[in-house]
Amino acid sequence: MLPEHSPFSPEQRQTLETLIAGLSVPQRFWLAGYLSADETATAVRAPAAPVAATKLAILFGTESGNSEKLANLSAKEAKKRGFAPAVKNVADITLADLAKIENLLVIISTWGDGDAPETATTFVKELTTTTLALPKLRYSVCALGDTSYEKFCQTGKDVDARLEAFGATRIFPRQDCDVDYEDAHRNWLDGALKAFGPAETSPTVSIAPISAQATVEYGRKNPFQAELTERVLLNGEGTSKETWHYEISLEGSGLAYEPGDSLAVIPTNAPDVVEGILKSSRLTGSESVALNGSGEKTVADALREDFDVTALSRPVLTKLQAFAQSKKLATLLAEDAKEQFKDYLWGRWIADAIADFAPQGISAADLVSILRKLPPRLYSISSSPLAHTGEVHITVASVRYHAHGTDRKGVASTYLADLVQKGGRVPVYTNTNKNFRMPASGDTPIIMVGPGTGVAPFRAFVEHRAALGQTGKSWLFFGDQHYTYDFLYQLEWQEHLASGALTRLDVAFSRDQPEKVYVQHRLQDRAKELYDWLENGAHFYVCGDANRMAHDVHGALVSIVENQGAKSRDAAEAYVEDLKKSKRYQRDVY
Amino acid sequence: MSDKTLAKLSANEGIKIRSNYLRGTIEDGLANLSTGALSEDDQQLIKFHGSYQQDDRDLRPNRGKHRLEKAYSFMLRIRVPGGVATPAQWLDVDRVASAYANGTIKLTTRQAFQLHGIIKTNLKRTIKEINDSAMDTIAACGDVNRNVMCNPNPFLSSIHDQVLKAARDISDHLTPRTRAYHEIWLDDEKITSSEVEEEPIYGKTYLPRKFKITIAVPPSNDVDIYANDLSFIAIVEKGTLTGYNVAVGGGMGMTHGNEATFPRLAEVIGFCKPDQVVDVAEKVVLVQRDYGDRTDRKHARLKYTIEDRGIGWFASELNRYLGYKLKPAKPFEFKHNGDRFGWVEDEAGNFHYTLFVEGGRVLDTADYPMRTGLREIAKIHDGDFRLTANQNLIIANVSAKKRVEVEALLEKYGLAQSHKRSALRLNSIACVALPTCGLALAEAERYLPDVITNLEEKLEQVGLRHDAITIRMTGCPNGCGRPFISEIGFVGRGPDRYNVYLGGGHAGQRLSKLYRQDVPADQIQPVLAPILEHYAKERAEGEHFGDFVIRTGYVAATAQGNDFHKNIKPAALPASR
Ligand code: SRM
Ligand SMILES: Cc1cc2nc3c(=O)[nH]c(=O)nc-3n(C[C@H](O)[C@H](O)[C@H](O)COP(=O)(O)OP(=O)(O)OC[C@H]3O[C@@H](n4cnc5c(N)ncnc54)[C@H](O)[C@@H]3O)c2cc1C
Ligand SMILES: Cc1cc2nc3c(=O)[nH]c(=O)nc-3n(C[C@H](O)[C@H](O)[C@H](O)COP(=O)(O)O)c2cc1C
Ligand code: SF4
Repeated sequence: MLPEHSPFSPEQRQTLETLIAGLSVPQRFWLAGYLSADETATAVRAPAAPVAATKLAILFGTESGNSEKLANLSAKEAKKRGFAPAVKNVADITLADLAKIENLLVIISTWGDGDAPETATTFVKELTTTTLALPKLRYSVCALGDTSYEKFCQTGKDVDARLEAFGATRIFPRQDCDVDYEDAHRNWLDGALKAFGPAETSPTVSIAPISAQATVEYGRKNPFQAELTERVLLNGEGTSKETWHYEISLEGSGLAYEPGDSLAVIPTNAPDVVEGILKSSRLTGSESVALNGSGEKTVADALREDFDVTALSRPVLTKLQAFAQSKKLATLLAEDAKEQFKDYLWGRWIADAIADFAPQGISAADLVSILRKLPPRLYSISSSPLAHTGEVHITVASVRYHAHGTDRKGVASTYLADLVQKGGRVPVYTNTNKNFRMPASGDTPIIMVGPGTGVAPFRAFVEHRAALGQTGKSWLFFGDQHYTYDFLYQLEWQEHLASGALTRLDVAFSRDQPEKVYVQHRLQDRAKELYDWLENGAHFYVCGDANRMAHDVHGALVSIVENQGAKSRDAAEAYVEDLKKSKRYQRDVY
Repeated sequence: MSDKTLAKLSANEGIKIRSNYLRGTIEDGLANLSTGALSEDDQQLIKFHGSYQQDDRDLRPNRGKHRLEKAYSFMLRIRVPGGVATPAQWLDVDRVASAYANGTIKLTTRQAFQLHGIIKTNLKRTIKEINDSAMDTIAACGDVNRNVMCNPNPFLSSIHDQVLKAARDISDHLTPRTRAYHEIWLDDEKITSSEVEEEPIYGKTYLPRKFKITIAVPPSNDVDIYANDLSFIAIVEKGTLTGYNVAVGGGMGMTHGNEATFPRLAEVIGFCKPDQVVDVAEKVVLVQRDYGDRTDRKHARLKYTIEDRGIGWFASELNRYLGYKLKPAKPFEFKHNGDRFGWVEDEAGNFHYTLFVEGGRVLDTADYPMRTGLREIAKIHDGDFRLTANQNLIIANVSAKKRVEVEALLEKYGLAQSHKRSALRLNSIACVALPTCGLALAEAERYLPDVITNLEEKLEQVGLRHDAITIRMTGCPNGCGRPFISEIGFVGRGPDRYNVYLGGGHAGQRLSKLYRQDVPADQIQPVLAPILEHYAKERAEGEHFGDFVIRTGYVAATAQGNDFHKNIKPAALPASR
């Protein structure tokens, strides 16, 4: 029986019930998928929802799009359960709008070092600096994060706390999600929706989970097995860097992307790394383990393909302690030992922890029970789909370092560098990034600041403008260690300059002279022209290192506006804040 | 000049004319950060400023694969007239070598410093800092007078003071007057177009080709006067400098397979008084400026002007330019062109230490921290440093009381042993060649040491360890290591292939002759070992190797440049082997 409050007139319910009753299970699934896939179609078929439906606001704050995906998924599900959901990006609302909301779901991620996503900073800042009274608001928060970061899900936690402080009612507890967030989210959503309204049982609920997957697209659950068609080392002999250019074929995948998007790569762990954790666990590797969903596997295979076997985090160590019962680990996990804990994590892997705290080893089943799923890695796409039809290019710096007496390496970057040969396959899917987009008009001047691998998306930008014959001025600021060895894509930039696709190029190489020179210094050197460009409507893009570069470049930008525009510090900051709001200042930093 | 005559002129003449006194577009070129290179024309012009654009030839093959242009960098040649530098200047060059160059200092065959591997973005500050240290790079290269050499004679300090002054006066007098150098590198005011600018000596087109001047003090011909355009041979009578013999028309450079090009010995044409030296130098330059061949760069040196018109013509034309006649040349004798190593004391009671610097390359290696040692010495040294024309270094004018300190440092850094080597090695010169030299056809500086090591075994056997034989290797026939006037000369023809020349004069007074063409690198030892053995057994009393190989018929003697390519024995050519 369709629910009373379902958005149908009694007549409609009548016909639908008889119709559905006459459908086979496959037919129902198909219909569910079809309807949920095609919003507009549904909208046309069913007249505008009557007042009966409970309004539900779903706010998301995102950097790389996960929260947005989940927000849309939540909306579909909520609709099925009879809600009238409205999805919004926190970037597009003001605190005042909150007062108008009665039922709210928030899905927001954490970035940088416990910071809000770029586009959510303003909203979160206001939320934490002003006070409101929201007695009528009922809400629940789903926080996206990564347990390998110290400030796990910080932004979600903050938002949750503030709303409570404003007198709003948390009708369902906050869910903190690690990088493998699907299941956690689904459970949270189910619980939260039930808490909001009279939750429904069959037929919708039984359909819901399937309908969520019904729309077939390549994603983290089913990545596209793409061929690696070309690999080029971009650093010259004599360098201390290792930056690779990878060309990947998307032929037949139907995967599409735009400049500014990123490519997710699903790596496998290196044999020697798997060896290491097996050794410290005192396992042979042939022990078999059960995986929820994908059946049985030898632990060696599971460790290579399914689990994050390196990144140390509090959750992992807490779970390990359950088996290890180690005094040393207990003291390290103690609330008052935060600093020691941090120091211990630095440069260590899970294998080190097992060796240190569970010298006796650990069973295969226990081992996989303390590990999280192997998260995909994102790479800014460095190709224009127009310039390289059917291909996607990425520019990856291999992470290799020495710590605690052994050489260590990054999982995904060295998976690509060491384990995938030309002609081999890489599991990938594309990841849209609405917050890093070329200007709508090809005439708008663009300033691109991209040192190191940060240059990746700008290769795509310039190729794209060249392909479209767009004539807007473009100015690239690039930097790395040495001019002679680390000038990524130098020959290509020379061609783009010659053809006019790139108007200006400024470079900063930090180790070519006694004093260190970085892109922010070059920006300062060009302060006057740069400000003129901004005044003439230029968009300002920054990509690359989040920890220092992005911050220093931001500082340079503000002081350039301050000095060249003869403005007060506050006025300059407002000017830059405006650039952000009007999407003329966009960042893709990591 | 009409377009017609312009057309006939060699390309560089047009570049010079268009350059507005050597400015060209160098400043814009430096500002363009997308490439480490300069435009073709500016690459020619920058030579006049003392720098050559180069690229690391070791890296060339793979650069494109990395989507990088060639590994461009600049070589910087620092003028040191007479080869005398102060300890402070040494320390500055040493510092700059680490800060902007490849960490080595090259002591050249013309008593200058060279730095390699300076990238474009560092070139300006490097030149500026060199000038701050009272040295310069202008006219170190280009179609002008180059670094003026003079014998760094440690024995007669009073004479050395006079010849050094002469060398400096000549150098100053012939330094280009253009402001371009100061505008581009030292941020001096631009000359506003209204003011007319003058190059009183050179004019807009400078010289047809490079021009080289030396001053020698017999019996040492260490500066190799016979390989220079113009040389002054100091005539010392009863301890006083009475004047100079004037020699003109020497040069080394030639091109494989082009017999119209050849090395040539300078000829002595007369004698002048000490106070006429600068005037004579200027007028020789002017004659070459006006008569030198500007249509063919391979035929533009003074040696060809003289070869074509005759030495008699040149002498009288010079006298005309001078307005007076040179006196008849005075007798003199050169005994050698090598250096004397270790400590010597001069008449004034000061001490001089000549250090052997293999290939003229000052650098630190794990087992031989030469550069550090010299830096430490420079910090306490109260005399001066003298670069020799054989790429070695003299720690000169060490006071008696300082000598102990200097000796201690020489010991500490292993420099005291520098000349405990075979006489063959001590008398060797190798040009730079690979990887920086753009003209190199084969290795030289990086390879000659191995060649000598292979020969030393033989020398030990036959007891020649202490016999001085001059041996020189260059990577191409331009002859930067003056290989055609050494007793044994190797000249690169291609990768691992060398022409072997024999019979040069021990004092650099006679050209050598081709003995074997295209000898594979690993065949050099087998080719030479028997001749050395023969020399050890059958040489006459005091007979030099260069004379021996002629007497015993390995090669015919070469009388002068125009005879260099003649009388080559059939056995020399691969065809007949
Ligand atoms: C550094 C030095 C050799 C060394 O190992 O010391 C040298 C190095 C070069 N010489 Fe030289 N020449 C050097 C002394 C000589 C000499 C010896 C001398 O002057 O006593 C000669 C033979 C004498 C003569 O001039 O005939 C010499 C004859 C040449 C020539 C041939 C000139 C000719 O008339 O044929 C060239 C090529 C050219 O000029 O076209 C040349 C060109 C070059 C260049 C600049 C190659 C180029 O033009 O691109 C070499 C730079 C290599 C590098 O990577 O540093 N270099 N060059 C010497 C620097 C002297 C200085 O401080 O000014
Ligand atoms: C939106 C986005 C775009 C990106 N674009 C690019 C791109 O275009 N190119 C690119 O190369 N990367 C890019 N990245 C980063 C990329 O996703 C990966 O984070 C990076 O390649 C490292 O992943 P990994 O698996 O190789 O290393 P991991 O296995 O994740 O190891 C990294 C960890 O190793 C440790 N570590 C690393 N170095 C040291 C050290 N010296 N000492 C001690 N510990 C150390 C740190 O804990 C670090 O977190 C992007 C990231 C995002 C989010
Ligand atoms: C550069 C970077 C920094 C991050 N910092 C944190 C952090 O401090 N705390 C955290 O819990 N998660 C952190 N994360 C993990 C993200 O929150 C996680 O990937 C999330 O799924 C992203 O969701 P979004 O696509 O909606 O932005 C970080 C991720 C990246 C790439
Ligand atoms: S001789 Fe030839 S190879 Fe050697 S430095 Fe001179 S030009 Fe270069």
